[in-house]
Amino acid sequence: MVQVFENKTSYNVVGTRPIRHDGIDKVTGRAIYGADVKVPGLIWGEVLRSTEVHARIKSIDTSAAKKMPGVFAVMVHQDLADPGTETTRNGLQDVDREFFNIMAKDKVLYKGHVIAAVAAIDRNTAQEATRLIKVEYERLEPVRNVDEATSPNAPILIEDLIGDHLGENVANTNIATHFRHEFGDVEGGFKLADLIVDREVSLEMVHQGYIEPHNATVIWHEDDKLTVWSSTQGSFGVRDQTAKFVGVSPSQIRVNYSEIGGGFGGKTKVYLSPIAAILSKKSGGKPVKIVMDRPSVFQATGPAPGGKVKVKMGVTNNGKITAAEATIRYEAGAYPGSAVNAGAICIFGCYNIPASRIDGFDIVVNKPKSAAYRAPGSPQAAFAIETVVDEICENKGWDKIQFRLDNAAKKGTRRGDGVLLEKVGFEESLDATRNSSHWNSPLGKPDNGKLRGRGLACGYWMNGGGPSTCDLMLSDDGTVMMNEGSADIGGTRASIAMQAAEVLGLAAEDIKPSIPDTDSIGFTGTTGGSRTTFATGYAAYLAAQSMVKELKTRASILWEIDETDIEFSNGVFRSTKESELKLSIKELAEKLGVTGAPVSTTSSVNMAAGGNGYAVHICDLEIDPETGKTDVVRYTAIQDVGTAIHPSYAEGQIQGGVVQGIGWALNEEYFINDDGSMANYSFLDYRMPTSLDLPMIETIMVEVPNPNHPYGVRGVGEVPLCPPIAAVGNAINDAIGKRIYEQPIKPGRILDAISKD
Amino acid sequence: MTTNTTNIHIRTKINGQSYEFLAPSYMSLLDALREIVGLTGTKEGCLDGNCGACTVNMDGRIVDSCLVLAAEMNGSEIETIEGMATSDGLHPLQKTFLEEAALQCGICTPGFLVAAKGLLDNEPKPTERRIRHWLAGNLCRCTGYDKIVKAVQKAASDN
Ligand code: FES
Ligand code: FES
Repeated sequence: MVQVFENKTSYNVVGTRPIRHDGIDKVTGRAIYGADVKVPGLIWGEVLRSTEVHARIKSIDTSAAKKMPGVFAVMVHQDLADPGTETTRNGLQDVDREFFNIMAKDKVLYKGHVIAAVAAIDRNTAQEATRLIKVEYERLEPVRNVDEATSPNAPILIEDLIGDHLGENVANTNIATHFRHEFGDVEGGFKLADLIVDREVSLEMVHQGYIEPHNATVIWHEDDKLTVWSSTQGSFGVRDQTAKFVGVSPSQIRVNYSEIGGGFGGKTKVYLSPIAAILSKKSGGKPVKIVMDRPSVFQATGPAPGGKVKVKMGVTNNGKITAAEATIRYEAGAYPGSAVNAGAICIFGCYNIPASRIDGFDIVVNKPKSAAYRAPGSPQAAFAIETVVDEICENKGWDKIQFRLDNAAKKGTRRGDGVLLEKVGFEESLDATRNSSHWNSPLGKPDNGKLRGRGLACGYWMNGGGPSTCDLMLSDDGTVMMNEGSADIGGTRASIAMQAAEVLGLAAEDIKPSIPDTDSIGFTGTTGGSRTTFATGYAAYLAAQSMVKELKTRASILWEIDETDIEFSNGVFRSTKESELKLSIKELAEKLGVTGAPVSTTSSVNMAAGGNGYAVHICDLEIDPETGKTDVVRYTAIQDVGTAIHPSYAEGQIQGGVVQGIGWALNEEYFINDDGSMANYSFLDYRMPTSLDLPMIETIMVEVPNPNHPYGVRGVGEVPLCPPIAAVGNAINDAIGKRIYEQPIKPGRILDAISKD
Repeated sequence: MTTNTTNIHIRTKINGQSYEFLAPSYMSLLDALREIVGLTGTKEGCLDGNCGACTVNMDGRIVDSCLVLAAEMNGSEIETIEGMATSDGLHPLQKTFLEEAALQCGICTPGFLVAAKGLLDNEPKPTERRIRHWLAGNLCRCTGYDKIVKAVQKAASDN
């Protein structure tokens, strides 16, 4: 369902549902994903991973592996190129520590940490060779969570880490950063409050759970140029990061596009391509392919941070928020750089709060280095704030939508980090929720003895912008070839092409999108932050505008009239003076030769913020009081999408995000053993939702156009993951009359809560 | 290549075509398809039977090809995603997956299509519950399953 809130311009292509351009290849098995790449002379790489959670490496003996028949090369950390200076190794954006994450030097910081790698004639031989590598460890005490990491005598993970604690340099710490956002009179605000609710939630790490494992294939050519294939959300990111860790300049690397089998933020970093590059070099330029196995994907690639989030909120008896305070402590994993920054920006993003203070802590623990996961940092924060808001409404008997409307973020609201909001669609989304059939239908009482509950929760994500490039080339038959630089994870070729088609008055099918290698398209940022349809779409829009301008010139040459006397609409150029002079783009394309050179245009943009995203979710669920098992029976996601370019794929983003969120709320977690290792590193034990666990996910797309995009696009991909943990939690409270502040809200916890009276 | 590897002689039919080759005894059906026969439409997601990305049809049954040894292909008939479209065009399920936008990244799609075909071949009019149950061995992390279930329903109703 789509609800429009402002006078909508009528579009020909935007808002329709064409078949995606890459669809045929993906339903026939012909699409080439990273692991499908075949090159002549290919050999296989494999890595050796730490069996220890926290240990010093005393020695690595690779001699037996080197001697094994079929082995071409063996590498350790010292074979990588040191990219960084000491000064860049600290603080939150500590990318250079990835240098030690890719391959451990003298310490391993989590089970699965890469220690060495082998290239061999085939995958099996490479695997066997890694088993011949002997590592001697000196075992250290593991640090398993934020409380252990910050306790007085905690083992220190990174000895040379200098923490930034509110501007002070602190040595000998596991807290990489402590920052604060504050404005207004917070203490004064709490004094004005008639009710203050103060709660802390705790969360475990969860994984993005993309079905395609990480992979890389690299050729190190004799002239020190590199060719790379890798499943990634951003080819340019792979190029630049790989260059840094193997000691070449980015221009020496060409990253070919391959299809990507899911990422959700987890494929924004490199794990394998620097290793495959060095192995290729050491093997004399043989192409080396590495495909990660599933246990390693879980144990060694980017989970979303677990941790603790505490929220205190004050309200007056007439339903106004007076002040709020938050403390967010996230697990960065083995190296600094959790999503606590974004979590702090988002935590109060739904509300207009006169005074607030937010403390963020980025804390290292002996778990894999965290990575982005769909609205990084915001879902955990939303669990805390939306639980507190629900509790306030429950305590006061207030309508949950009215309270939020009375305190809703809108144009001019100051976000927790001080930024003033532009026009946003939160109030409209709340209105749509209040009018929805789900909210207005009775919850019903099951006759099977189960307990039923309904929960509501909201979420906020700021959405990204950044650099993108799009080239358009007009063919003689009037179709347009399009190159764009964004990795397509879920239909963005279509949503970008549709924006060009809208400008040109062509059908979506008349645009032929390609995603070329990094040598063949201008720089384009990684697909992430819900930026692609917004920013690369805008580049396509501008390139199409330039094409219209150029074609006007050509028509004026053809007709021998003044350019200013030509207008363009719905794909047709017309003389404003002589009505018989008109040509469609297709007709004009045939005649281009006589007017000059082939027509191609390009546009590169660097977009500011992507137009804030808001979501409101309603969850109905049933709990079996005997087993504690929860089944979601109805779920509706209401979201301001700005403008849905391809409504099916916008809906798909929302539905997919909701389901990941339901998994996060109910079962998904890194279950950590006493020794600090992950217990459940298979899909069997890390239980993601299956089709059988779910109802249909209803969506209501609210369209409050983004003022910063010609078609009003806002990013849609991330904010749907923000409300579910709290929506499920609030529904469970409604069902059993008890709040559970620990994620996942699993059967054991529910049974404990029911039995405690 | 590995020392002490025995190679097994395999005669099989894949998508109606006969093949004969040698495969190492440890090799899975999945790897034989991908690495020896060169059909990479069947995907690897976990190698332990829990994602369904590697689903193929073996003698009329849906199997996770990562759990079947290549040696077991001998004398079998295998159908993979590459055999689903014919010279008459796409299979109805392939069409409805496109029309219903039932794929986002598409990595799970070959497995879902082969599995769903296995269902509709035997049960032309399954209920939503039955579809969800049948497809529970195939993980999709992108779509939330909504549009996949709807695409199967639509193909079934066109049956
Ligand atoms: S790869 Fe076979 S079930 Fe996952
Ligand atoms: S479409 Fe990506 S896993 Fe299903």
